[in-house]
Amino acid sequence: MTRIGRWLPALVALTLPLWLSTYHLHVAIMAGIFGVLALSLNLLLGYTGQLSLGHAAFFGIGAYTSALLTLRLEWSFWPALAAAMALAGAAGWFVGRLSLKLRGAYFVLVTISFAGVISLVSVNWIELTNGPLGLPGVPAPELGPWSLRTKSAYYYLVLAAVALCYAVCRRLVNSRIGRAFVALRENEPLAESVGVEVTHYLVVAAVVSAAMAGLGGSLYAHYTRFVSPEVFLFTYTVTMVIMVVAGGKGTLAGPLVGAVLFTVLPETLRAVASWQWQMLAYGLLLVLLLFFLPRGIVPQISAYIAGRPRSDPGARAPSP
Amino acid sequence: MLAVRDLAVRFGGVAALDGVSFAVRPGSITSVIGPNGAGKTTAFNAITGYLRPTGGRVTYDGAPLTGLRPAAIARRGVVRTFQRTSVFPSLSVADNVMIGLHLRGTAGLLAVLAGRRRLAGEESRLAADAAALIEFVGLGHRRRETASGLSYGEQRLVELAVALAARPRVLLLDEPGAGMSAAEKVGVSRLIRKIREQDVTVLLVEHDMRMVMGISDTVIVLNGGRVIAEGAPAEIQAHPDVIRAYLGTARGPA
Repeated sequence: MTRIGRWLPALVALTLPLWLSTYHLHVAIMAGIFGVLALSLNLLLGYTGQLSLGHAAFFGIGAYTSALLTLRLEWSFWPALAAAMALAGAAGWFVGRLSLKLRGAYFVLVTISFAGVISLVSVNWIELTNGPLGLPGVPAPELGPWSLRTKSAYYYLVLAAVALCYAVCRRLVNSRIGRAFVALRENEPLAESVGVEVTHYLVVAAVVSAAMAGLGGSLYAHYTRFVSPEVFLFTYTVTMVIMVVAGGKGTLAGPLVGAVLFTVLPETLRAVASWQWQMLAYGLLLVLLLFFLPRGIVPQISAYIAGRPRSDPGARAPSP
Repeated sequence: MLAVRDLAVRFGGVAALDGVSFAVRPGSITSVIGPNGAGKTTAFNAITGYLRPTGGRVTYDGAPLTGLRPAAIARRGVVRTFQRTSVFPSLSVADNVMIGLHLRGTAGLLAVLAGRRRLAGEESRLAADAAALIEFVGLGHRRRETASGLSYGEQRLVELAVALAARPRVLLLDEPGAGMSAAEKVGVSRLIRKIREQDVTVLLVEHDMRMVMGISDTVIVLNGGRVIAEGAPAEIQAHPDVIRAYLGTARGPA
């Protein structure tokens, strides 16, 4: 059961370009980019328990860094991608240091303010960012002699990024570092009493999470080939939060499930309903989902599977 | 040796601790008793870095602990538990203790991301340590259960296992028997003795006099933020100041 649950999605993901139209492949690419972002947000929200409502800032910093380096300095994609991750990670370090002693609502406020400032910079520093007009003509990435211009090539690039981020999250979460993240979420004074330097680990989580969001931003910039201050829109952050919460925060698969669902859902609704009904249906579905599966899709389904009588009582239920 | 010198903590105009001095002999079980508001928990908080004292100092083996953060104090071997039950509620008992083992692990960020093979060895060693600690406090049958689902007494045992996982040299227990049944208290007393046998010094805040007098080598009595008596349990029970301050009035045999 679990083995099928693991390999089937991987197989489907790998063969997707073979049986999807270009348009559907576009949806899949966006789902992948949002998958990276949701995984990134989940490290903070799901594991350390701190809500970053400025996550679009790290996404936008990644997008702008990558676009500017390839456009202005004619860097190739890969070093630009690395720089995007590094700069976003540095921003994460900055926010993490700023909020060392801040938790809950105060952490949220710091992240929102940070995103607000960065967004203003992108609009007003016209010499650098071209202001609200944005930066068109961001080049498509190349891999050696091949251009990754086609949808299916780009799809595999995004898929590789998702796999990388998933592996990073998985390794972190299953290590003493991940346990320190969770300790901060669960009971900070107790964590400190046994020697966990919680503030240090909050900064670690913020850096890794922001670098991952920067990766998502770079992928986005080179896919849409255009970057404007819109990348800092609050909507992006809210979408990430919805994906993480609906999919199941604090689980590895949850953000990915959420990302696929909440990328495919609006597209499907667009095909079947006028836009007023789309938003209504979207909202209604979200409310229903949170009402019936308050812990998120993945934890609730794994609890259901674990709760059923099984032939192998020794098997370990997926950790929530 | 853990030594407290002239420790003072003021909240505004109120002196919760008003120049408290005592030393905890290595390898002993020392209890701090006193009426409610005497400053027992405040002393614990000031010793373990959860509260910055307004005066005085705390040293462990001569090195100052005052001003250090709780995690740094834990790293020096001084570990405390909390008066109110304090576990990692949504994690299993095993995962609770794994967090307690944090300082015994060595994996850094790069090693984790690179997926070094020796980390797997470290993880399984830590898991074995966790299992042993859980057996030690007698929760072997609850290992996979979520901490918040356990009974109050069992949660206190989880707490004890988490603290022990940090490999304390001095263990400060804040009312380990609070809210426990008489039978559970006997079990905890036995555990505390076993912990001492492993060369861990125990400093205890406890209200249950039977438990205090039964297991302590030394009893320190606080009242109004000051030490009013210190000595062996028998001396303390007979000490006139203690009887006046702590028990109210001396009663004849019933």
